Amino acid sequence: MSEIEGIYAIWLREAKIYMREKERVISSIVSPLLWIFAFGAGVGSTIETVQGYSYQIFIYPGIVVMTVLFASLFYGVYIIWDRKLDFLKEVLVAPVSRASVFAGKVLGGATDAMIQVVFLLIIGLFISVPLTPIVIINAFLMLLLISIAMVSIGLVIGANLKSPEGFTLVINFVMWPMFFFSGALFPVSNLSGWLSVVTFINPLTYGVDAVRGIILGTHQFPIFLDVAVMLLFSLIAMGIGVLSFRRM
Amino acid sequence: MHTKTEGSFSREPVVIKTEALTRKYGKISAVDSMNLEVEEGEIFGLLGPNGAGKTTLISMLCTILKPTSGRAWVNGFDIVKEPGKVRKSIGIVFQAPSVDDLLTGRENLQMHNLLFGVPREIRKQRIQEVLSIVNLEKRADDLVNTYSGGMRRRLELARGIMHHPKILFLDEPTLGLDPQTREHIWEYISDLAVKECMTVMLTTHYMEEAESLCDRVAIIDYGKIVVLDSPSELKNQIVGDVVKLKQRTPDTEELKKLDYVRKIEEKDGMLYLSINDASKHLQDLLTHTGPIDFVEVRSGTLNDVFIHYTGREIREAEAEGGFWERMMKK
Repeated sequence: MSEIEGIYAIWLREAKIYMREKERVISSIVSPLLWIFAFGAGVGSTIETVQGYSYQIFIYPGIVVMTVLFASLFYGVYIIWDRKLDFLKEVLVAPVSRASVFAGKVLGGATDAMIQVVFLLIIGLFISVPLTPIVIINAFLMLLLISIAMVSIGLVIGANLKSPEGFTLVINFVMWPMFFFSGALFPVSNLSGWLSVVTFINPLTYGVDAVRGIILGTHQFPIFLDVAVMLLFSLIAMGIGVLSFRRM
Repeated sequence: MHTKTEGSFSREPVVIKTEALTRKYGKISAVDSMNLEVEEGEIFGLLGPNGAGKTTLISMLCTILKPTSGRAWVNGFDIVKEPGKVRKSIGIVFQAPSVDDLLTGRENLQMHNLLFGVPREIRKQRIQEVLSIVNLEKRADDLVNTYSGGMRRRLELARGIMHHPKILFLDEPTLGLDPQTREHIWEYISDLAVKECMTVMLTTHYMEEAESLCDRVAIIDYGKIVVLDSPSELKNQIVGDVVKLKQRTPDTEELKKLDYVRKIEEKDGMLYLSINDASKHLQDLLTHTGPIDFVEVRSGTLNDVFIHYTGREIREAEAEGGFWERMMKK
């Protein structure tokens, strides 16, 4: 009971802070808009169709996943700020288990990311992405799973580093490869050699595949495999996360 | 086992006890084999310069830092084996501010209620209670980033006591505050200790803070307890009163023979004499000094005690700058 209240307290704090830092909300909406309208429309003008969709629509699921990936991973930096400002101490001395502290933080980070997803889904409706209510629900759940995995990774990195600058450096080495080798911007089926190997190892590939499958109906792997890989990956990331929090 | 304290029959129960508690950073012992007992209801001060090990000691007792060796019990619970129970028994006000800027005062307190498992029925009442103790009712619904340094400190104090801890730890509770606010906070703390029947352990490098607030003071330096007693005992037993004077012809031979003179020191052409009860012996003293150009009498302070034991002064200039700098960083 008190553990659940502890998780709730930490989540509530994260949600309130997010809503009060307007810059965070605004900046996280602007960059996916640029990807969809500037990149998607720009590159799309030289490419006719990909798997039967205009390029802009084809990359839409990838851009949504990207937004979740960036927002979720970067959320880990706040644990470093919390620590620097000593706010974290209040939480660490509370009679609440570290697993609960971690869970509260993961939910907080996932909330940030999912608020952005809601904005993007609304934009999707306007650029005629085929979104039905059931598609929206399924996509939302899949993106939530991806977000939980990525927030966990971000928190693991944040919990083990001391400076925000170091965090940015490390996170770039995680974020960009994950994004580029995930099939977010191009179909995985066209790849060959080492590129396809890297892509198949990248857990995010399965996340992108699932979301694209749900929204556009075109996918590379069976959906249950996508979900299984993401679930397993989330569990591992959360396990490492709890361990990292215990050492804090 | 920890309650088995030698000769403690007539005293209050011991609520904090350490046995050879040690914390090392590399080769340096921040806390060096410390033995300490704090009784219920005491306001216990840890006085010492920066780096003396005060914060390290408190961090261990609060279970956020593991000892390298030795043991300690807080409210009867082992700090290493039962950290959860220790945490339920204590309230803490950290040296650096740890209230959340982007939450209101009330929201900070609500969060604390949830984290510390205060029962739902009494949450609102508790918040009201502590807000009135620290006089923050009117600003409770403003964001903390609009508070002054003193208000933040008071909010932290309110938060620290809200779950009615048996023991309250205060790490430099008035660091960086102006003298008036500081005195207010002292009042709150001593009131609280009486009203809530709390044991308070605080660290400070302000002499006046230790003198006016604490029932007992442990002076610590390089991770060790140098001396431990009540502030008045420390002053009377060790320094008594201090007479500063300038002899026209320096000659201390005769002064050394006087039985009420405890210690003679010479610094910058001035003589510093520690004597028993100046009001009684000053007249006699001056008959032995020969003609003088200057004399000043004052009561001994804890600073004199500190100098007596360590040969150094606790200077306020040494104060850790962390407080404001960290706040500005955001």
